[in-house]
Amino acid sequence: MKVIAKVAKAFGMFWWNFLVGDTPELFVSVVALLVVTAVFKTGHARVLMVALPLVILASLAASVFRAIRRR
Amino acid sequence: MILGTITTSSSVLILAVFLATAVEMVEALTIVVAVGHTRGWRSAFEGVGLALLALTALVGAFGPALLRIPINNLRLIVGSVLLIFGLQWLRKAILRSSGFKAKHDEDAIFAETVAALSQAGRTQRDSLAFVTAFKGVFLEGLEVVITVLTLGSSAHQLVLASWVAVATTLLVTIVGVLVARQLSSVPENAMKMTVGVLLVSYGTFWCGEGLGIHWLGADAALAMLAGTYFVGTWILIVIAKNVRLGVPQ
Repeated sequence: MKVIAKVAKAFGMFWWNFLVGDTPELFVSVVALLVVTAVFKTGHARVLMVALPLVILASLAASVFRAIRRR
Repeated sequence: MILGTITTSSSVLILAVFLATAVEMVEALTIVVAVGHTRGWRSAFEGVGLALLALTALVGAFGPALLRIPINNLRLIVGSVLLIFGLQWLRKAILRSSGFKAKHDEDAIFAETVAALSQAGRTQRDSLAFVTAFKGVFLEGLEVVITVLTLGSSAHQLVLASWVAVATTLLVTIVGVLVARQLSSVPENAMKMTVGVLLVSYGTFWCGEGLGIHWLGADAALAMLAGTYFVGTWILIVIAKNVRLGVPQ
């Protein structure tokens, strides 16, 4: 049992560091973006094709300037 | 006439399987070369090896039943992970290019890695490189398998379709080996920025497809996404440099 718990913890920590790490804002913005896209995809596919990359770039900009402010 | 019909039908099948396989394998190759060049080839190849084993096991175990896999769900999961990972890389590359982060902290990382490797023997693996290479090859490989099964079964020429897919994969691999050698002369931060742009582009593309968005121009939309992200990243670097130098925005 101890081995299974250890492996599960290591697995969870790996994904936490991989996806969240020191940039939780990127993780949250991508999840939020996917939820919004899933909700509004019907009838707005053309708009989403343009909006998706722009919103992703805006999230990146927010994360970069958050890092700059913290220095 | 019959011979002519068979030849035409086979030619169309060969062309379709060749193009579909080439597109998917170039996508997988891009990820593997990028990850291998920046994080280390050993872990990247291990990821590729495991993905090929998993694909072989899947095809052996399920065969045509693979056509029922919800590929869009898989695209959404893999796309989300690549998108987050790619954004993390782009963020670091922008901070380095604008001078907010040291460009040469790789030297310290390299020294630490060498020290860790010499202590731990040869069993250390770069998990990020391994997982990214595995997912890229597994997803693209699965798409090739599904394409071959779909086109090959419907044309009643599954063996021919399979051989075309194998030959195309080998061809793309040879091209990849040649291209990978040229990449060693590219500056590291520029390479990491390019990898970040590519991962974010693939991530956006797959997330969109996974959510049911049919991109304008199909796979060609990837080039447009990459172009948009390159320009966006360049603008962010210029703004960040100006902030560092105290230039009013």
